Amino acid sequence: MNAFAQLFEALDETTKTNTKVQLMLEYFRSAHDEDKMFAIAILTGNKPKRPFSTTLLREWAAEYAGIPLWLFEESYFVAGDLGETIALVVDRNVDMGNEEDQPLSAVFSLIIALQKMEAAEQQQAIYKEWSRLTGTSLFLFNKMLTGSLRVGVSKKLVIKALAQYLEQDEGAITHRMMGKWNPFSTQFNEMFSASEAAIAHHTPYPFYLAYPLDQSFDDLGHIQDWVLEKKLDGIRGQIIFRNNELFIWSRGEDLLTDKFPEFNILQQYLPNGTVIDGEIIPWKDGQPLPFSVMQTRIGRKNVTPKFLKEAPLVMVCYDLLEFEGKDMRTEPLSVRRAQLIELLANPALQDVLLLSEEMVFPTWEDAKAFKNTARHYNSEGLMLKKRNSIYETGRKRGGWWKWKTDPLSIDAVMIYAQSGHGRRANLFTDYTFAVWDGDVLVPFAKAYSGLTDKEIDQLDRWIKQHTIEKFGPVRSVQAVQVFEIGFEGINKSTRHKLGVALRFPRILRWRQDKTAQDANTKADLLEMLVLYGS
Amino acid sequence: MLITVSENGWYCAQADVYIDPWKPVPRALITHGHSDHARPGHQYYLCHVDTKPVLKARLGPEIVCETVQYNESKYINGVQFSFHPAGHVLGSAQIRIEYKGEIWVITGDYKLLPDGFTPLFEPVKCHHFITESTFALPIYKFKAPTLIFDELVQWWQHNQSQNLNTVVLCYSLGKAQAILHHLRDHPNNIYLHGAVANLNDAFSENGYHFVGERISSDTNKESMKGALILAPPSAFGTPWMRKFGDYEVAMCSGWMQLRGQRRRLGVEKGFVYSDHCDFSSLNEAVQLSQAENVYVTHGYETQYVQWLREQYHLNAQVMKTQHDNAEQEDE
Repeated sequence: MNAFAQLFEALDETTKTNTKVQLMLEYFRSAHDEDKMFAIAILTGNKPKRPFSTTLLREWAAEYAGIPLWLFEESYFVAGDLGETIALVVDRNVDMGNEEDQPLSAVFSLIIALQKMEAAEQQQAIYKEWSRLTGTSLFLFNKMLTGSLRVGVSKKLVIKALAQYLEQDEGAITHRMMGKWNPFSTQFNEMFSASEAAIAHHTPYPFYLAYPLDQSFDDLGHIQDWVLEKKLDGIRGQIIFRNNELFIWSRGEDLLTDKFPEFNILQQYLPNGTVIDGEIIPWKDGQPLPFSVMQTRIGRKNVTPKFLKEAPLVMVCYDLLEFEGKDMRTEPLSVRRAQLIELLANPALQDVLLLSEEMVFPTWEDAKAFKNTARHYNSEGLMLKKRNSIYETGRKRGGWWKWKTDPLSIDAVMIYAQSGHGRRANLFTDYTFAVWDGDVLVPFAKAYSGLTDKEIDQLDRWIKQHTIEKFGPVRSVQAVQVFEIGFEGINKSTRHKLGVALRFPRILRWRQDKTAQDANTKADLLEMLVLYGS
Repeated sequence: MLITVSENGWYCAQADVYIDPWKPVPRALITHGHSDHARPGHQYYLCHVDTKPVLKARLGPEIVCETVQYNESKYINGVQFSFHPAGHVLGSAQIRIEYKGEIWVITGDYKLLPDGFTPLFEPVKCHHFITESTFALPIYKFKAPTLIFDELVQWWQHNQSQNLNTVVLCYSLGKAQAILHHLRDHPNNIYLHGAVANLNDAFSENGYHFVGERISSDTNKESMKGALILAPPSAFGTPWMRKFGDYEVAMCSGWMQLRGQRRRLGVEKGFVYSDHCDFSSLNEAVQLSQAENVYVTHGYETQYVQWLREQYHLNAQVMKTQHDNAEQEDE
């Protein structure tokens, strides 16, 4: 674990991506094969589940450190990271180096073993680790305990380093690493063997991701050379049917087959060796349902018949990645799409697999007009895909673009601020916004992003000087600062004070030119709900 | 009360003197030379002999400044004042104030861990103990600076092997001298920002000499290879710094204990090195003072007061001063 801790520290100390790749490459060259699998698992966020509630862990950490729980909580507010707070308060070996080394697998094993232990036994095991670890190793252990270990490298960089190490193509490495694999049962040599057959049959293809359109459509050439589709607000997924087994993967590489039983029927009708890319979305009476309905499905472990009826899912299919066992990704989109249309012609599939319709516009101007009003058609905008584009790996420019409608927006007053986490710990970065209801400001949304670092610093100072009251990590501030809040959608909500929930709220601009009195009202929001909501 | 906080600063009415006042006053006793404690404009300064060069360098040679040695007593209108090592920076002192058997100690800023150079903190028994609380949370646990210096030298050597210069950001008063003292046997290839060199020059009148070459407009920065450059934190990201070619930057500060703050700053290395107390040092100092009454100033004062009341059953209370709640820039 010490070598990995060193790698973690070194990665933490640089923002240069080339250096990060180099550091990982050096690690892969010197680490044991067994450690390598666990390191890759950690680096790419494939980690064991949190073995218990953090409530217990906080109590144990406070007890072990000899401090009252309230002081632990105060420390947590300042550090902004639970695993780090625990690591700092329980560290008794600050002046000493690390004890004897252990393989990464041992740490994973312990975390998994903890999941099955009684509380007293867990406590004992954890105290033992706390007493012998220090510094970064102790930090890593606690981050694994809290299930929140993330390393400052993207999966793309890990793949780059692995590709250099193994002298293989990045696309091939990306494909082999898709989905959830178990570092205990996966051998390094097997996973990255150069032979095609070695790829497990449940493994999804890497998704091709589009960049937002950031150039004039004049540069895109003839509109006839492009396939235009509605951009839907569901979850991106991949349906795989191979060896008579069905797998449904999300774009976040979660296996969702069990959560989405609607698709079980496909086992009877899809030919073996089929992989479809599309949007999984609740659909009723020929219309998509809002994303809030989708959310009720994603979170549930057991899907009751009631849910299946209220929020039945379909996949709106837009690409065919594999057909009759053949990888189609290097065929042009026009060929893949023609094959997809043929496949979906089977009426037995049509309850759950819909074709993503091609939208035909005579000119780009017409397409833009549709894009601007896309919300009225239950869509977020348009996807533009070049007819001759191959299916790329990851986010690539050129072949595909997303062209989203502008966000809705409203001017709101900041009334609460809370310090952030991680890099933003000890800095007020999480804000609550309110609109006027008569002469009262009522909160309706929180937003975290959208300001520059400079603006955050400026606002942080302002907040510290204009605090009215402190409640733990939260401060109420004078109602002065106005922000333009953008959001993608608005829905009715019983959980929010104003009765509306916003989708993806974020700060568009700090309106230092406006006073609190200029902010919008509850009536304005409710009007938007009528116009765009559901 | 013998000591109160007035709008000007800590005040001893019986002697009519202020301690570390933030507004101009007739007579000021100064714990140490950091700019939030040693302000300009007082008509008279009393401080430790090693603080005088700092005051003159920073506030001007014309100031009226009297000095004392550690443990030397000075009586003002029947009040006994004495200065005791605070371990914070060269010349830093706790000020002990006694009148009619009642003893107060104003610690100013202080640390218990050794840095190998600054005279070690000496506990002083008292009835009323005034302490700061910059790092008064149990997440703050510092290694002895002497151990940090070894890591710093290793890192410098590593950077040298990569043909990189090494910029270390540290306060020009305190940390810079402790680091340079540690490096006294390796005097080559060390360069100093003017703010550091100015203080070193000032200390030379008291017989202190430090390694390192002042960087002036004549210094050829481009030709430096594998050099160690000491600069105050305010130099970070300035055009002055960018002229050193390829370099790595480290920040020396207690705040570097937290990963988020380290990453936010955007330096390659954060050394957890402070001239303040960590949580356990504060507790130790409070207990060594044997004081029943503890006044907690700048930092996590509310939390630390509650801790002292619960843990040690002391009569602890928050005392508001205008000294900086941080290891701040002090240039």
